[in-house]
Amino acid sequence: MSEPVAHLVLLCGMGVVLLLIVGFYSLLMTRNLVRMVIALEILSKATTLALVASGYATGQIGLAQALAITLIVIEVAVVVVAVAVILCVYRHTESLDVAKLRELKG
Amino acid sequence: MRMYDVNLLLIAGLVAAAFWTVMTARLLRAVVGLAVTSVLVTALMFQLRSPIAGVFELSVCAGLIPAILITTISLTQRLDAEQLIARKKQKLKQYWPLLILVIAAAILLSRVNVPLEFPAILPPPAKEEDVRTSLWALRHMDLLGQIVILLAGAFAVVVLVREKPGEK
Repeated sequence: MSEPVAHLVLLCGMGVVLLLIVGFYSLLMTRNLVRMVIALEILSKATTLALVASGYATGQIGLAQALAITLIVIEVAVVVVAVAVILCVYRHTESLDVAKLRELKG
Repeated sequence: MRMYDVNLLLIAGLVAAAFWTVMTARLLRAVVGLAVTSVLVTALMFQLRSPIAGVFELSVCAGLIPAILITTISLTQRLDAEQLIARKKQKLKQYWPLLILVIAAAILLSRVNVPLEFPAILPPPAKEEDVRTSLWALRHMDLLGQIVILLAGAFAVVVLVREKPGEK
């Protein structure tokens, strides 16, 4: 692997680890449903970057891009369903706090 | 400015944008921060010679998803001034360890010697494949899976947000 390629891959790897730390910490600390979705988005950005960087490092950019596109499409579906669930929860509890979700009856 | 400096700035900006996204007390600013994070990920993807994935990331994660989240936020209740001040104080108390964790992790990672000459699980192709060839020829079942998931998501939303009979 040439030096510029190695540098870029190392920097991306560092970025992926730091994004994962930020995403997981936020997911553990927050009680707001919308912020949980935002934290999940940050984690999926880290995953997409890791996929593309590993494709660049191994010379399989086409395959890595194809997988990243698949991941982005699934991410959209997950966010849309999560938002629909959030709106249903807000309709019943008038709050976005997970601590208030104490009943299954809806 | 060398390419290495540009890439370093992009990574630093990415982590700073993600940190601001989770730290800010207002949800709308958090969504804007998420969009900025997506833009920086797109720039990195272009540096990694993946323009098609970068365009997808920009249009979907920096455009569509923030639009969906802003619509959700507009349908929920706004915080009043007192609640906002209390929220800001709570954020500072909860998130200062994250700043220390991120700085410590960055310092530690910059000193680690990672061996970059590792054998790839799949050998690289003789000729670099275009993403369109990979999607249609190699990963065509993924496309079917994407269609199924999108349909499932659409049906789930229709079921979840429909009004019950008799409900105003």
